[in-house]
Amino acid sequence: MKVSLSALKSYLKTEASVTEISDTLTSIGLEVEEVIDKGAELQGFVIGEIKAVENHPNADKLHVLRVSNGKEILQIVCGAPNVYEGMKSILAQPGVMIPCYGERLEKGVIRGVESCGMLCSEKELNLGSDHSGILDLKTDLPAGTPASEFFNADVIFDVNVTPNRGDCFGVKGIARDLSATGIGEFIYEEAKDIQGTFKSPINVHIEDENCLEFAGRYIKNVKNGPSPKWMQDFLISMGLRPISALVDITNYLNLAECRPLHVFDADKLTGDLYVRSAKEGETLKALDEKEYILKEGMLVIADEKKAQSIAGVMGGEETGCSDETVNVFLESAYFNPISIASTGRILNAESDSRTRFERGIDSASQISGNNRATQLILDICGGEASDLIVVGKGAGQTHEIDFDFNEIKRLCGFEIPHEKVVQILQSLGFKVNGNKITVPTWRTNDVCLKADIVEEVVRIYGLDELPVAPLRPEELTTSILLPHQKREIAIRRSLAHRGLNQAITWSFMDSKLAKYFDSKGILIANPIASDLDEMRPSLVPNLLSAVKRNQDRGIKDVQLFEVGPEFYSATPNEQRMVACGVRAGSFYPRHFLTDNRSVDIFDAKADALDALCAIDAPQNLQVARRAPSWYHPGRSGSFVLGKNVVAHFGEIHPAILKVFDIKTPVVAFEVYMDNVPQPRAKSKSQKLLKMSNLMPFTRDFAFVMDRDVDAAKVLSAISNVDKEKITNVTVFDVYEGEKLPENKKSLAIQVTVSPVEKTMTDKEIEILSVQIINAVQKATGAELRA
Amino acid sequence: MEQRISNLREEINASLAQAETLIALDEVRVKTLGKSGSVTGLMKELGSLPVEEKKQMGQLLNVFKNEIAALIEEKKSFLEEKELNERLQSEKVDVTLPVRPEVSMGRIHPVSQVMEEMLSIFAQMGFDLAEGPDIEDDFHNFEALNIPPSHPARQMQATFFMQNTTDKVLRTQTSGVQIRTMEGKKPPIKIVAPGRTYRRDYDMTHTPMFHQIEGLVIDKKTNLAHLKTTLVEFMKLFFETDDVALRFRPSYFPFTEPSYEADVGCSRENGEFKIKSGAGWCELLGCGMVHPNVLKNCGLDPDEYQGYAFGCGIDRFAMLKYGIPDLRSFFDADMRWIKHYGFLPLDIPTNTSGLSLNGGSKR
Repeated sequence: MKVSLSALKSYLKTEASVTEISDTLTSIGLEVEEVIDKGAELQGFVIGEIKAVENHPNADKLHVLRVSNGKEILQIVCGAPNVYEGMKSILAQPGVMIPCYGERLEKGVIRGVESCGMLCSEKELNLGSDHSGILDLKTDLPAGTPASEFFNADVIFDVNVTPNRGDCFGVKGIARDLSATGIGEFIYEEAKDIQGTFKSPINVHIEDENCLEFAGRYIKNVKNGPSPKWMQDFLISMGLRPISALVDITNYLNLAECRPLHVFDADKLTGDLYVRSAKEGETLKALDEKEYILKEGMLVIADEKKAQSIAGVMGGEETGCSDETVNVFLESAYFNPISIASTGRILNAESDSRTRFERGIDSASQISGNNRATQLILDICGGEASDLIVVGKGAGQTHEIDFDFNEIKRLCGFEIPHEKVVQILQSLGFKVNGNKITVPTWRTNDVCLKADIVEEVVRIYGLDELPVAPLRPEELTTSILLPHQKREIAIRRSLAHRGLNQAITWSFMDSKLAKYFDSKGILIANPIASDLDEMRPSLVPNLLSAVKRNQDRGIKDVQLFEVGPEFYSATPNEQRMVACGVRAGSFYPRHFLTDNRSVDIFDAKADALDALCAIDAPQNLQVARRAPSWYHPGRSGSFVLGKNVVAHFGEIHPAILKVFDIKTPVVAFEVYMDNVPQPRAKSKSQKLLKMSNLMPFTRDFAFVMDRDVDAAKVLSAISNVDKEKITNVTVFDVYEGEKLPENKKSLAIQVTVSPVEKTMTDKEIEILSVQIINAVQKATGAELRA
Repeated sequence: MEQRISNLREEINASLAQAETLIALDEVRVKTLGKSGSVTGLMKELGSLPVEEKKQMGQLLNVFKNEIAALIEEKKSFLEEKELNERLQSEKVDVTLPVRPEVSMGRIHPVSQVMEEMLSIFAQMGFDLAEGPDIEDDFHNFEALNIPPSHPARQMQATFFMQNTTDKVLRTQTSGVQIRTMEGKKPPIKIVAPGRTYRRDYDMTHTPMFHQIEGLVIDKKTNLAHLKTTLVEFMKLFFETDDVALRFRPSYFPFTEPSYEADVGCSRENGEFKIKSGAGWCELLGCGMVHPNVLKNCGLDPDEYQGYAFGCGIDRFAMLKYGIPDLRSFFDADMRWIKHYGFLPLDIPTNTSGLSLNGGSKR
């Protein structure tokens, strides 16, 4: 809500400075987001008068103008279509700062013709959005008059009115709040009743309960025309363009007093007015020149023929006032805010009136509002007023709150003197009678409970007396992290240590990509963009997109991970925590000391293992040769614990890479943290370490077996021969090729044996070797390689 | 015999002088001291000598043999040293070549780092941790928080709705965790709840997903003074300065009454943001006393129980503390950005060593 200083001063008698007013507004919850000094912005601009218009010799759409600045005639090249001789507009001369561009104007040559200034559009001066032509001032002020004089330049406070403060969408409400702080005196005089001289020929019938009260009046023989200067100045200062007296009066009362009104051209109405629900499909061309298709349940004001106004939102164009209007019907009504909000939202129709109705106007202002508007119409447009018609079951109810004055101390920790509390409440319009507090009719939506009263008082009184409270916790906490949160931290730090960089990507993704990742179809009804419309079923696709983005920026080798949720249903808590990582391109940068190998499945497997170790996964993990469809079917696998998959790893399927348009190999892993059981509580004390003095030794074996045999089987068969003595088994070579029969492979294995208690004799070593060979043969059918 | 020894000495000396390599030297050794070497030959002849002479010559020969052995040893040392020197001369490398590439250390995202920093402070203050789901139902995200369907606040927060459901949304704030916590346990309650939150917004300072941390304290005595003191102390610890000014500006949230926006005193000089009192103000977070209706919705009597709640943007705190300009870049996963603004895995924020201690140089 933009409020000008001059408008504010018409409701508040104050000597306070702009800064003081601005600071006070902010301190009472009416945050001033910006103070705009229009005079400062218009500094240097003057009224210019076009003395001559000629066509530009080198350009069809440009004119060369002779413009008077009051002292001399300047040559100006201008592209606006609306120029004419004698026109007065706002002239910017070289050196002047153009508000809209934030740049100083320079003398220029446009298509070969020198231009010594510029005539400005509304938009260029930040006065509005119109940029279709230059401002046509239609003023009697002479050329050379400072622009600030024409615009009656004012200071504008841009106030962020919170949605609970419907009353502050009127200058009056803001002024009243300010007066409660003592910064000034609230000035407002209630409108007097107006005695009609005849009975309104138009009657009003309420057929829908969303209209609670309607105060209407017929005014005949008015003369519409421009509104008086003071009203125009008010509207301009508040950012509105004056239109005609009848329209300006309703706009004025809307902005000034938060009292939405509507004036029908009575001669365009047929018969009585009916406040009713719209008929399904009924149409109405509104004042914004848009044709609205209405739905049943939307409140309209209709005559005997059809809907003529969307109640509380926007009037109809057909029955609007024009310069020819002679007889009018003035509407001042109270509608259910929920109904107005819903209609406005469905129709996507914004208006000053809707803004106020839906946030709650003073529900007791129908009659006074009508009186005030009638008086202004009579004063400005003349005419004769009918009796007031008031129909409806009535509005303006208020309520009483039983207030315990100790509540302030209870909630805020400090006391405010009783008289001060009463004074603040009264200046805000509350009635205080002992412990009973009556809420003013313009605050009934917002103030209902004791806590609301506390807020009102403290908001105005301020928190300067708020004491410092002791903070020492009653119990000391050691670790507040939940077990799985500790795991997130451990995994993050461990993976970062391995060279992966932590990303945080959206929880949503493109449904067109999600279908490749076992989509669960959890769609967002109103996504921010069409490619962010589904909750991610896996973290892999967002990281693949990130790989692509990075590679497009020239970073070919990408190492990223994310720890975050994936979703498997649209139900709360149907999400699981996943640690997911990707590597793309080369493992090492190109360098003379290392082979420049691409990332491979074993990098991803190592990453997955690292993450699993970081969260203390059990030792008995099994590796399975299966993984989801987005992995390469032959180069991927899983870590499983019984039936639970705890991780997938492998190369990303080439077809998927193609979908993402990634040209380098990519490996990935996903660790399902929730599937890894929390380790059982262990004793803090470690198992005793036994260190042997006996020298360990190694023996090498080479086995030939079918290609499909799992190396893991060979390794575990060997380990199981003697779990005490065999302390390490490693594969140091894998061979498949011409020296072996087809579908065979050879594994070269080094076994480390650590003698226990005494050294082993040659005989004993020989026996162990035979046991190893037999065990491997039994488990896998492998033969010792000749 | 003496003469022969003398001749042999000269002969051997000459051979030794000619031996330029260890191999040649070894040949000399074999030819002299080897089994069929010249010195060994002389020794063998001793047996055929008469006893008197044998004794005398024996001594003489032994001395001679030792003398030759020593000469060979001496020459060997000389040649070994010579060969080593020659090898070292040829073994030069260009020491200016770059070292073997190590896997460069990854980084922790600023949001995670700052979240850990915050949790470490709140742990110190005696808060427990709570959590809630990203997809929320209308009840926990709105209704129980005193935001009925017609409430204007629903328009304040551009909400993402889930398709094909009647009441599921992406949570617009972590405040739903308040409700879940109060449903699950009786006061006293003192929790913080961090997490992802979602709103339909996208510009320099708004992204459709961001992070919030929620605080909730409910008991029979906690008031606004506790809230302000807690926040002031939090700011001091978080921003690592004592010069913290906090302003409570009345505002409006449906779930608190009274409601405040907390602004922190700050300056912006040459683009650098600094927490300090007496300069300007910067909007930090929303807070207030928990609304009586929220307490009622969780089965608590608002005349008996009371407390405060606050909610702040973790990303925003990260931007302010570490001078990161554009919120959108947080979620872009640009490697250059993560490397630059991210934290080393050893930079673990703790109360003992300081929150933003740098755990090593960035490689």
